[in-house]
Amino acid sequence: MDWADFGIVVLRVVLAFVLLLGATIINVWAERKILADMQSRIGPNRAGPWGILQTVADGLKLFFKESIVPRKAELATYFLAPFLSVIPAFLIFMMVPFGAPFMIGDREVILQGADLNIGILFILAMSSMAVYSVVLAGWSSGSKYPLLGGVRATAQAISYEAAMGLAMVAVVMFTATQGDGGTLSLAEIVNRQQGTWAGFIPRWNVFPEIVAFVIFMIAIVAETNRAPFDLVEAEQELVGGFHTEYSGMRFAMFFLAEYVNIFSMSAIAATLFLGGWTGPTWEGQIPGWISAVLPTVWFLVKTYFIIFIFFWLRATLPRLRYDQLMSIGWKRLIPAALAWIVVSAVAIGVRQFGLPWS
Amino acid sequence: MGVITELLKGLRVTGATMLRTITGREMVTTEYPKEMRPKPQRFHGRHVLNRYPDGMEKCIGCELCAGACPAACIYVRGADNDPDHPTSPGERWGYVYEINMLRCIFCGLCVEACPTEAITMTHLFEMSTTNRQDAIYTRGELLMHPDGTVPHMFPDDPLADLEELKTADGWVRATAPAGDPAYQGVKMWQGTPGPASWDPEPTQDEIDARSEPSDG
Repeated sequence: MDWADFGIVVLRVVLAFVLLLGATIINVWAERKILADMQSRIGPNRAGPWGILQTVADGLKLFFKESIVPRKAELATYFLAPFLSVIPAFLIFMMVPFGAPFMIGDREVILQGADLNIGILFILAMSSMAVYSVVLAGWSSGSKYPLLGGVRATAQAISYEAAMGLAMVAVVMFTATQGDGGTLSLAEIVNRQQGTWAGFIPRWNVFPEIVAFVIFMIAIVAETNRAPFDLVEAEQELVGGFHTEYSGMRFAMFFLAEYVNIFSMSAIAATLFLGGWTGPTWEGQIPGWISAVLPTVWFLVKTYFIIFIFFWLRATLPRLRYDQLMSIGWKRLIPAALAWIVVSAVAIGVRQFGLPWS
Repeated sequence: MGVITELLKGLRVTGATMLRTITGREMVTTEYPKEMRPKPQRFHGRHVLNRYPDGMEKCIGCELCAGACPAACIYVRGADNDPDHPTSPGERWGYVYEINMLRCIFCGLCVEACPTEAITMTHLFEMSTTNRQDAIYTRGELLMHPDGTVPHMFPDDPLADLEELKTADGWVRATAPAGDPAYQGVKMWQGTPGPASWDPEPTQDEIDARSEPSDG
């Protein structure tokens, strides 16, 4: 590894970081605008063209606000919690390949923070870490509503992480049949989704693993604490949930982490099920630079499709009751995911080895 | 499966609403300062103290409005008229007249209580101020000029719409006292130069005749 390699690593991490922050700025605005459209309102439209700079304005405002620390707060954890929420959110996205690898001279540059061979495990680990920030924030605020929010977050995240992991298992099992052995690397999972079946159906995992996709979608909405699973924040019941006692820049960090999580999780859903950056590039038929950029465009299109589903659900569904949340998680999603793993495994086995009696 | 069809039904409602909104076929809100909605005819807005066409004040300082006010936001003190140069046609005139707009609930009971139709309401509702003192309207701000124009506290404000001050409220338009049909369509209002100079509302028969085709 020489200095050029090192520079490339730094550059691609910075690129992923910038992409994530830029997307977050767009996402907050897009959510408000789409929600407004779904409620026959105008939405933010004063800051910049179509109000697109609204997030920047809000961020600046929060930056200059006083950060109030409650008297009863446990200071060390209270100050630590916002960072604990932001760091895993950013680290998750580092696993996601957001464009096709390309060559500079004889070096291959991958458009991905880091291509870990245990990428999926890393994602699960980091999304579990994010729960700590919510629990610690809720507990260390020294106030009852944040504590309730934190307690809810623990139960919710544990319940739905199981379903999310099981849905990923089905994808990993299927991916193993698509190439040479099993893999947990997201770059490799994307590679194996290139091409088509029967000439026109893209080889995306969503088609053979549709049930896993639905389970995964429900689970990531719950994981990111979004409506209709936003019991952690539940403005009407818990004031603001775990971040009630946070203000100023510390509150902004929780807010940032939530939207970064939405983008990361949508990107992972797009990567695992919708083929990531794969898509037609029409190489040689259109200018070269467009072909080079197209994979990233496809990736963003797929990610934003899933983010749009997030917003759509938020505009449509009322919040679940707590017992409904638990019953969907444990009595529906986890059994369904387990059953799907069995069905999927049997189907894969039959395709590879034939029927047991033949 | 019932849950899923219900979910799809809900998603269809929000999705269809979004399509209607972005194609401009449906919009509930307006861009307020740029685009004002038409107000209802009988809107209760800022008060105004009226004059007779000859310039005399209608207020006789009787304090009935202050007594009727449920928010106790009106303060009136009457004084005897100078016999040579009377301010109002009666014995007394309201030489102090204050309304605290922070307490006012814009119910219009003062308008109903007034025996001389001196106080009426207009369509102006943008009355925000930067201090509480400015929210107490005194004679100087409430009393219309002899030519019928009404003073505005901040006439240079870009939002100030002086036309609203010339639009009378429902009390002025109501033309049938105690629901007496004999007075329908008859202007039961003594003349004023300003907001209260308004044509009577059409009679109920006329309104019925106008809406009949759509009913049939």
